Amino acid sequence: MSTVKRKLTIAKAISESISLEMEADENVFVMGEDIAKLGGVFGTTTGLLDKFGPERVRDTPISETAFIGAAVGAAAVGMRPIVELMFVDFFGVCMDAIYNLAAKNCYFSGGNQPIPMVLMTSVGGGYGDAGQHSQCLYGTFAHLPGMKVVIPSNAYDAKGLMHTAVVDNNPVIFMLHKNLQGMGWLGTEKKSIVDVPKEIYGVPFGKAAIVRKGKDITLVGLGVTVHMALDAANKLEKEGVDAEVIDLRSLVPLDRETIFNSVSKTGRLLVIDDDYISYGVTGEIISSVAEQDSSVFKTSPQRIAYPDIPIPFTRPMEQFALPNKDKIFNTAKEMMEGK
Amino acid sequence: MLSDVNTLQWLYGSMFKSRYYEECMEKAYLEGKQPVFNMANGPVPGEMHLSNGQEPCAVGVCAHLNADDAVFATHRPHHIAIAKGVNLKAMTAEIFGKKSGLSGGRGGHMHLFDPTVNFACSGIIAEGMGPAAGVALARKLRNEPGIAVAFIGEGAANQGAFHETMNLAAVWKLPFVCIIEDNAWGISVSKTDATSVPRNDVRAASYGIPGEYIEGNDPLAIYDAAERAIKRARSGQGPSLIEIETYRLAGHFMGDTEAYRPEGEKDELFSKDPIPKFRKHLLESGTLDETGLKKIEEAMYKEVDDAFEFARSAAEPEPIEALEKVFA
Ligand SMILES: Cc1ncc(C[n+]2csc(CCOP(=O)(O)OP(=O)(O)O)c2C)c(N)n1
Repeated sequence: MSTVKRKLTIAKAISESISLEMEADENVFVMGEDIAKLGGVFGTTTGLLDKFGPERVRDTPISETAFIGAAVGAAAVGMRPIVELMFVDFFGVCMDAIYNLAAKNCYFSGGNQPIPMVLMTSVGGGYGDAGQHSQCLYGTFAHLPGMKVVIPSNAYDAKGLMHTAVVDNNPVIFMLHKNLQGMGWLGTEKKSIVDVPKEIYGVPFGKAAIVRKGKDITLVGLGVTVHMALDAANKLEKEGVDAEVIDLRSLVPLDRETIFNSVSKTGRLLVIDDDYISYGVTGEIISSVAEQDSSVFKTSPQRIAYPDIPIPFTRPMEQFALPNKDKIFNTAKEMMEGK
Repeated sequence: MLSDVNTLQWLYGSMFKSRYYEECMEKAYLEGKQPVFNMANGPVPGEMHLSNGQEPCAVGVCAHLNADDAVFATHRPHHIAIAKGVNLKAMTAEIFGKKSGLSGGRGGHMHLFDPTVNFACSGIIAEGMGPAAGVALARKLRNEPGIAVAFIGEGAANQGAFHETMNLAAVWKLPFVCIIEDNAWGISVSKTDATSVPRNDVRAASYGIPGEYIEGNDPLAIYDAAERAIKRARSGQGPSLIEIETYRLAGHFMGDTEAYRPEGEKDELFSKDPIPKFRKHLLESGTLDETGLKKIEEAMYKEVDDAFEFARSAAEPEPIEALEKVFA
């Protein structure tokens, strides 16, 4: 790999990655609402129309059932569609094509008809966009078998995970957090903008990253909550607490081993998620450690996630409900004190 | 052609109110978002879809509706809410996220609910279609007065929910009217690039119901067409479909640079702004003189200013209230 690196936002890393994949394989094409002329509401397909033309970079009507269903069909005969649907909240209208078709056809066909497609979307709130434009729904997609689920926390991972997603022979739900992408109309977490090599490279699915080494407590996050955990870890360090921070990077497959090994070392597990708390990611992580060996816990594992409420519009309520570094810091301190 | 002075005054006043409302909203929205635009900041965070230019659709239809009649609007709801008579103070307080807002601040600009006048809206494209048909069904089953109207954009006419609901309403002869506001754009995608027919009224034929296309963004032509459709619905003859040519004078949402528009398109649309045009018509037809128009305009300024004043000075909700109202 060459040493040419630049700092990119996640959105730029994604559009670059898709461009490279389209050059490498003519079966790769992109479709979705406002992805061609506009370059995507979140800028993840910027420049692709000019480079590859309207046949391979297609603006769709607002007909999700049709074009996501169509992606399943195109994938079944060997194309590798990348489909964008701007907000994960919109998947309700076309859920059948996702969880009954894309996710199940490989199995139903006895493995004879894989569905290599990428479904790219944006998640997360915190900017007052209310209950149909702020959800994460990580747990929903990870719960339904047959789809891989990926959530990068920085531009390097985003580009590499996109390569892995495009060459994977299965449907991949690629979730990009709005606080991390780097659009002009919303603030961006600085730590998500990192050095990205120019060439194609892969970041494997199912390999969590230990983004901060520590010995006292394990903080597990995904997407934006990784950054909250890192901020909390810096604060904890000043209090003499050495936190290890794990970035899951993919939920399906899930790297249970890295999490277990970390908790075996620290004895304390705090999981942070901005998706709804019940029946979700946090419970899965905690139980995956507990069922392997609950004797590793020095104190009860804890979780911070979104309460089981639709996402409120107004700032006081929304900020109250979201995870943040102070909530993580406080809970971690209590865990250290054995409360 | 409509000649009733009260109705003409109402049409103009409601359009004028709506436009002034959006102008005030635009200012409030931009507070805290300059020089660097960040949607999260200011007294009104999140997305903001203004209705400038689309006022004729709202007034021409809602002029025929009573509080019993239900209206379902979209992510671009203000003009329709205003024409339907939604409580303006509570609506504005909701958009400012205040405790005295329609939903105590939980909904915001895309989720305005005023059950006292049977108004609701939502942020998923074509989502209002099914619920509107459901209200129409309930009215029919209970033999109650009242019909239902769903407003959607021309982009929404390519959604499954549109086609499914039109068929359902037609086969059950529901007291239902679908109004398509054709502003020619669904965000950056033009109607020509997204829709298989130039005009959606022809699609009415596939449901066996009347369809009309109204050109010119003209409140009086819309008024007449809506009257026909609503009469039909009220008299038990079933649903109708009306598509209205209208203009989106603002961006899709605030912050949209509109680079996708052809050169000069915006200037042309502004030259056809329906509000000054209708004002001129009222003057030239002798319906109202300058004094009469000014009087209406002053009243509208005041009503809107009062609503914004109310919203700005209203109390914030307590954070913990987030946990309430999930269940009835
Ligand atoms: C199911 C769904 N898909 C996509 C979107 C994103 N979206 C919001 S507004 C919009 C364009 C809508 O166009 P149109 O129906 O013509 O209404 P307009 O915005 O022009 O008023 C799109 C695609 C959404 N809100 N819901």
